[in-house]
Amino acid sequence: MSDIDADKVRARASLLAEGRWRWPEVLFWAVAASLFFLVPTKLTLLSEIMILGLLALSIDLVLGFAGIVTLGQGAFFGLGAYTAALMAKHGYGAAPLLGFIPINDPLLGLVGGAIVAGIVGFATSFLVLRGSDLTRLMVTLGVALIVEELANKLKWLTGGSDGLQGVLPAPLLGKWDFDLYGQVAFIYAFVILFVMFLVARQLVNSQFGMSLKAIKQNSLRSRTIGMPVNARLVTVYTIAAMFAGVAGAMLAQTTQFASPDMVAFHRSADALLILIFGGAGYLYGGLVGAVVFRVMQDFLGGITPQYWQFWLGVVLLLLVLFVRGGILGLLRNGRDKFFPKSGKD
Amino acid sequence: MTVVLETRNLVKKFGGITATDNVSFKLHKGARHALIGPNGAGKTTFVNQLSGVLSPTSGTILLGDQDITGWSARRRAISGLARTFQINQLFADFTPVQTIVLAIAERESKGSEWYRPAGSRSEYVDEAVDLLRQLGLSDVMDQRVGSLAYGRQRLLEITIAVAAKPHVLLLDEPAAGVPESERDQILEVVASLSPDVALVLIEHDMDLVFRFAKSISVLVNGALFVEGTPNEIANDPRVRQVYLGEEELLHV
Repeated sequence: MSDIDADKVRARASLLAEGRWRWPEVLFWAVAASLFFLVPTKLTLLSEIMILGLLALSIDLVLGFAGIVTLGQGAFFGLGAYTAALMAKHGYGAAPLLGFIPINDPLLGLVGGAIVAGIVGFATSFLVLRGSDLTRLMVTLGVALIVEELANKLKWLTGGSDGLQGVLPAPLLGKWDFDLYGQVAFIYAFVILFVMFLVARQLVNSQFGMSLKAIKQNSLRSRTIGMPVNARLVTVYTIAAMFAGVAGAMLAQTTQFASPDMVAFHRSADALLILIFGGAGYLYGGLVGAVVFRVMQDFLGGITPQYWQFWLGVVLLLLVLFVRGGILGLLRNGRDKFFPKSGKD
Repeated sequence: MTVVLETRNLVKKFGGITATDNVSFKLHKGARHALIGPNGAGKTTFVNQLSGVLSPTSGTILLGDQDITGWSARRRAISGLARTFQINQLFADFTPVQTIVLAIAERESKGSEWYRPAGSRSEYVDEAVDLLRQLGLSDVMDQRVGSLAYGRQRLLEITIAVAAKPHVLLLDEPAAGVPESERDQILEVVASLSPDVALVLIEHDMDLVFRFAKSISVLVNGALFVEGTPNEIANDPRVRQVYLGEEELLHV
């Protein structure tokens, strides 16, 4: 009798342990926040890295947890960017929402970017339900190319290839203007990234997240235990699109600009690369990957400005060939080797 | 007796091959039914149509008095039709506890809850632990499924299906590939299932079939060849001839 109870207690504890905060996580966020004081001259770059990290995190939700490969996350990023940029541009001086929220308010812009990206994400999610990884790659790539071309062609709306000038977001919370040193931008990007991360963390550690991991492992079995697999995939794809939309909106607001470059194919490809680099399925992979990617870009670009991507390719190949699961996979393997059975990251 | 599952003139063709040939079949409440037949007789194809993994070319499938022919696998599952697979279909990176908690959450339509951590519904965890104990898996309940011994994985395959609290449970060769010494444990588990559940066992192991079944259907070349009690089947000369050849095999 007592044995059974002990089993139950142990089982409950081990399930809940999956979502518990661990010290490496706390350390990660503490270090990230302290960079504000440690490298005050690089705040703009750091904001950009965090935005890139959020985009990669959005891919992690669909790829790392639900197992959907995508080369089109840049489309949602771009949609978020243009939405926020247009709201900031045309909202300046317009009648405020509900009488007190300016249309060009940054937070409202994030909501707008998330909604537009989410709507398009939902509409296109049905295309990725069927087919293999290869068809999913092609379909998501196709959607991204269409959005990119629309950004180029709809000159009256997007400014075409010149981009959208005069993007003037209102001061953050009505108080702080985005400054030249990027201080406000850093704090803004950090807080939004952290909040979005908490949402993602909650999602993947919930029953919903567990069902995504199940689909990734065996969708036939998932269906035959009565799981509405397609509905789950549509949901996570839409949520991920909203995440990417928020990231894009932040980039447009902090750089006060939007251009077809923000929807370009290389966004999707870079973000996917960053995630693979950092390790998919950990939530932190995109963030760590974004740091390493941009630092390498800076460092290698300093040595061989034209060929830095060559070295990037070399590192990527080494990582994929010799380490499964990217940088975080490497860390996990190391931990399992030196500290067997001591909880996980 | 109540009929819980029925097929009427079920046909499945793959190109020119008829894998299920006009099968009309009835399963009664609480049945202990075995489906046997030589290799390639279409047993798994038949089960795949019952569970909605394949759709039939023609014919009707009824669950209770509802026509489920056009239903998805998922809808059948939540309506009380569960199955196991001949080849394990498990979640290799989960533990048995996680697997069964997931199955229970989906059964209770709580699988999309996102605002509380998985495992925070302790009644699910408790039920999972009880079920795993009942099926003899408590000692490995928090090990990775992919690292379990094959016989244990087969048991988990059955546990997943049982966790759905089905009215009808289709067991596709539950003992396939399991070492002789562990087969008895699987049979015990199957025998201990609730008498309210109608069980269909597909099996090659005649010893297992005759110990388990109260009724048997023989499938040959996709068609129902003969149905009867184990005794009738064992003494049917046509079955000897077609299914078992001339070998002396049946000793009940």
